[in-house]
Amino acid sequence: MLGFIAARLVKAVFILLAILVLNFVLIHAAPGDPAAVMAGEAGAADEKFLQDLRERFGLDQPFTVQLWNYMKGAIQLDLGYSYRQQMPVAELIWDRLPATLLLTATAFVISIVIGVAAGVLAAQTQGTWWDTLISSLALLFYATPLFWVALMASLLFSVWLGWLPGFGYQTIGANYTGIDRVLDIGKHLILPATTLGLFFTAIYMRMTRASMLEVSRLDFVKTARAKGLRNSVIQRRHVLRNALLPVITLAGLQAGQIVGGAVLTETVFAWPGIGRLMFEAISQRDYNVILGVFFISAAMVLLFNLITDILYGIVDPRIRLTK
Amino acid sequence: MSAFWSRFRQNRGAVIGLVILAIVIICAIAAPFLFPRSPWSMVQRPFLPPFEMEGLPLGTDALGRDVLSGLFHGARVSLLVGLVSTVVALAIGIPIGALAGYYGGLVDDALMRFTEFFQTIPSFALAIVLLAIFQPTLAYVILAIAIVSWPPVARLVRGEVLSLRNREFVEAATLSGQSNLRIILRQVLPNALPPIIVLASLMVATAILLESSLSFLGLGDPNVMSWGYMIGAARTVLRTAWWLSFIPGVAILLTVLSLNLIGEGLNDALNPRLRKRTS
Repeated sequence: MLGFIAARLVKAVFILLAILVLNFVLIHAAPGDPAAVMAGEAGAADEKFLQDLRERFGLDQPFTVQLWNYMKGAIQLDLGYSYRQQMPVAELIWDRLPATLLLTATAFVISIVIGVAAGVLAAQTQGTWWDTLISSLALLFYATPLFWVALMASLLFSVWLGWLPGFGYQTIGANYTGIDRVLDIGKHLILPATTLGLFFTAIYMRMTRASMLEVSRLDFVKTARAKGLRNSVIQRRHVLRNALLPVITLAGLQAGQIVGGAVLTETVFAWPGIGRLMFEAISQRDYNVILGVFFISAAMVLLFNLITDILYGIVDPRIRLTK
Repeated sequence: MSAFWSRFRQNRGAVIGLVILAIVIICAIAAPFLFPRSPWSMVQRPFLPPFEMEGLPLGTDALGRDVLSGLFHGARVSLLVGLVSTVVALAIGIPIGALAGYYGGLVDDALMRFTEFFQTIPSFALAIVLLAIFQPTLAYVILAIAIVSWPPVARLVRGEVLSLRNREFVEAATLSGQSNLRIILRQVLPNALPPIIVLASLMVATAILLESSLSFLGLGDPNVMSWGYMIGAARTVLRTAWWLSFIPGVAILLTVLSLNLIGEGLNDALNPRLRKRTS
């Protein structure tokens, strides 16, 4: 098991380094001389000033030296400077990261819990109207644009019905403390997290349903039935446990998309996370921030993948032996 | 072909999907004839609600532009981006998957690590980065979507090729002296086609969703009217003119839904064995 985890860790580190190289290449592909951009921000673009800037930020050095310096900096979480916000990018991201982690983790949990539960229900009621209802909903959710459903949910539940807040992270000016603050944030979290998870809820519904039905036909289930086990025991202990394996694999792969989707959800709900930071950076063409958020979200995805890999190794011992 | 059609027809959802998609295609083709004026031009006062004025059944947006015209012209963009980006993604993914599966060994390892890398990085975030750095013209939007959507193609093709390469007909082709390239193109890939077609139909749907999300964020081509742009522009007036966000969203939803339904129908029709097993 330790060897398995070590192998996965090494792989994750390599991918992270590759992402850094990609990031660096992209920075250099960005239009315009970075020094000219900086000078533009400072409002002084004479040649002497440009040269000073190039020297100060090492832009006059060879490509490979710049790459090396960039990698060294990034490993120490130095992601450059945002000239628009007058702050190091790492600090900007650090401030916003907790909000995004809270949102994506909640969306992830909601989608798995609802998706798997609905999928199991659909599989067990195969052919009835419950099954039809769940399968149709899954089809519908799967085709719904995330940003649109977020807008419509905020319109319906926040503007029209007034049930839930549709804006921000907590009530501005309320200064809640303790449990009140937690409840306040929780209320603000419901709409963004549910809409962010909706697409994945649909995927888990379909996946769990198909997987349950497939496993139900396998021989060991027949054996369990022949042994005289009660149906609920068979479903829980034999079918569901095996049916969940592909769902776990999928969950690891989907983590990346949840992080990407956060840009849309956070933009619609004014959620103060790194996704909204990225959206603001897009309109200001603040490349350091865009690439910094990209790097951190890729790192988050790697972390999620690592966790699901290890989980998979624990749940299914065969994986540890084959890889 | 007729056997394929009769199996496809049995899936009621797929037929409904085909009808919806046909309507969207007709709208896209008819757009320049029904609405010869640019969808960007102002035709009436802003915020004219739907069903209030003859000739403007869906009203106007915040700048007095005809919403129905935008919807028709947007269909062109959605279908174009969905289709072309899928073709480009196939052009990247099929060769990579075929080479990896056919040659195996080091080639396979290298290509699959490369594929895995692209599959790990959050695709939507990568598309945003690419379009923020390069200018968001229609060509770059298509390219960015293709770059983030080819990995599943490569993996699927690799798997298919792996299972086909040791079959007798491939051995026979090798013995008859055909070149590797010819065997891959003439023997292996045609047999791997059915699952690729199914995946491609679903990829068009995903590409349309991606394009609309990018346009919503302001990363679409600023010269073409698209559904995502319409929603993005109407977002600030959600409270007062909600229909401006609602209507284009329904268009995206129906188009994507129709493609997903067709994909399922194709899957049933092209893999009769699978159909028996799961239904």
